[in-house]
Amino acid sequence: MAKRIDVSGLSAFYGSHRAIDDISMTVEPRSVTAFIGPSGCGKSTFLRTLNRMHEVTPGGRVEGKVLLDDENLYGPGVDPVSVRRTVGMVFQRPNPFPTMSIYENVAAGIRLNGGRVRKAELDAVVEKSLQGANLWKEVKDRLNKPGAGLSGGQQQRLCIARAIAVEPEVLLMDEPCSALDPISTLAIEDLIGELKERFTIVIVTHNMQQAARVSDRTAFFNLAGVGQPGKLVEIDDTERIFSNPSVQATEDYISGRFG
Amino acid sequence: MEISSATADSPPPPAGGTRPVERTKPAARPGDRIFLALSRGSGILLLVIMAAIAVFLTVRATSALSKNEGNFFTTFEWAANGTPPVFGIAVLAFGTVVSSIIAMLIAVPVALGIALFISHYAPRRLATPLSYVIDLLAAVPSIVYGLWGALFLVPHLGGLYSWFDDYLGWTGILAYHDGAARSLFTIGILLAIMILPIVTSVSREVFLQTPRMNEEAALALGATRWEVIRMSVLPFGRSGVISASMLGLGRALGETMAVATVLSPSFEIGKSLLDPGGGTFAQNIASSFKESGEIGKDALIASGLVLFVLTLLVNGAARMIIARRKEYTA
Repeated sequence: MAKRIDVSGLSAFYGSHRAIDDISMTVEPRSVTAFIGPSGCGKSTFLRTLNRMHEVTPGGRVEGKVLLDDENLYGPGVDPVSVRRTVGMVFQRPNPFPTMSIYENVAAGIRLNGGRVRKAELDAVVEKSLQGANLWKEVKDRLNKPGAGLSGGQQQRLCIARAIAVEPEVLLMDEPCSALDPISTLAIEDLIGELKERFTIVIVTHNMQQAARVSDRTAFFNLAGVGQPGKLVEIDDTERIFSNPSVQATEDYISGRFG
Repeated sequence: MEISSATADSPPPPAGGTRPVERTKPAARPGDRIFLALSRGSGILLLVIMAAIAVFLTVRATSALSKNEGNFFTTFEWAANGTPPVFGIAVLAFGTVVSSIIAMLIAVPVALGIALFISHYAPRRLATPLSYVIDLLAAVPSIVYGLWGALFLVPHLGGLYSWFDDYLGWTGILAYHDGAARSLFTIGILLAIMILPIVTSVSREVFLQTPRMNEEAALALGATRWEVIRMSVLPFGRSGVISASMLGLGRALGETMAVATVLSPSFEIGKSLLDPGGGTFAQNIASSFKESGEIGKDALIASGLVLFVLTLLVNGAARMIIARRKEYTA
């Protein structure tokens, strides 16, 4: 459970366009790392390189190394499918499987990973995952109802339950609250605080208060200009980034002075 | 006093401020009116045409049925021009349903395979021309399929049928007795080829519309390509695939020229699907219409009415299947 991520010299491309350039950073296990930066600076692209989802996009290509503890995710012979089983992901818009019930949604990953599982075992995992996502109390009486019938915030917690049900090492979250109201957002943020006891969490957010509230470390991304690739400006303890960053651009961005 | 009475008697202030407030109903714009009339008119016209067809069919059919000396549903004979007229649809109904079922059993799995290949497996360079070719197949006139079936398919199916006979002959329904392969099974194969394009292209379009985020949800859980298809593409496309199949089935049930060209019609139900003979509603109408007298034509119309009802039932069943899991289709 919970592994260290070590990225070195990573660049990602869309066709011939270099979207992010030469990024190196370390993400500590059992911590929350937030990625902030202006739109289009490549934070989401970088996040998607961490579970090899970037290459699913047509033309997507990656150079560089991502070490999960000691294993290079981009090493020869590494199966992207198995990478995605160890590095879970939660998306910007809640995306439960529309044709599946709440129960089936949570069980979906286990059915993939383990093949046949005994019913009692599966029941236990589903309950544990839903409890882990703080959703159990709200849905325990309607596990067989469609997941798409829940509210937006509940759907997003369902997606988190689905992701943690397979016990990943790392949980990536791509602006998980940007489609949610403040109360649902708070629920997710509380949840992130609990989940970091068990997982390494990386979260992309446009909301700087959120980054300040939930994360231990913060990475600031920026791009030099239109058409230029995004770069990592700095990564440091969240407190330091928000009080006394070492790069002027970070301070400008955080205090709203940019452009 | 004078001033106040003057204000009370004065007419409502003209123009300006108050007028737009008083007018509560928005003015109907001429464009809206014309469009409303046009669309409502077309809707009514459609209903009138449908009703006219139904009345026509029913009246003519009833007149034939009242003169029928046989049982319309169970008689294995079509002598509507004889005296007395004797005719029944048993053979036609059997032939129509069985050949269409065979066509569906062959065409739907193949079509789904092609559609998934084009939408999710093939590189774009290959997928585009392949889609074109499939769509082109739909544009071939059915008489051409009929000629191809009669001149190429029939002489070449002997080998396959002998193989069926060797391994599945014991079932009876797949026994083959060395004759021209002008049988219901051949019709089924031909119909399968004919409905393949429509089922394929409709399914392909549905599969391509699978929301990206649903596929990514499966991918991010560590699903393989097939698992992505099983978890997000197929459930999403389910009702579309059913509609596509029903479109195909509709075509198979009503197909006329190709069947009439290939089948050697007879009014008996063979023990084996590979035996020559049998018939379908549409084929029987096409083959017998010219030589039919007044009652004969009405009898054919009666059989056409049955085909119409059959198609309605199939469509109704499909809609029920789609509606049953509506709760789950977001």
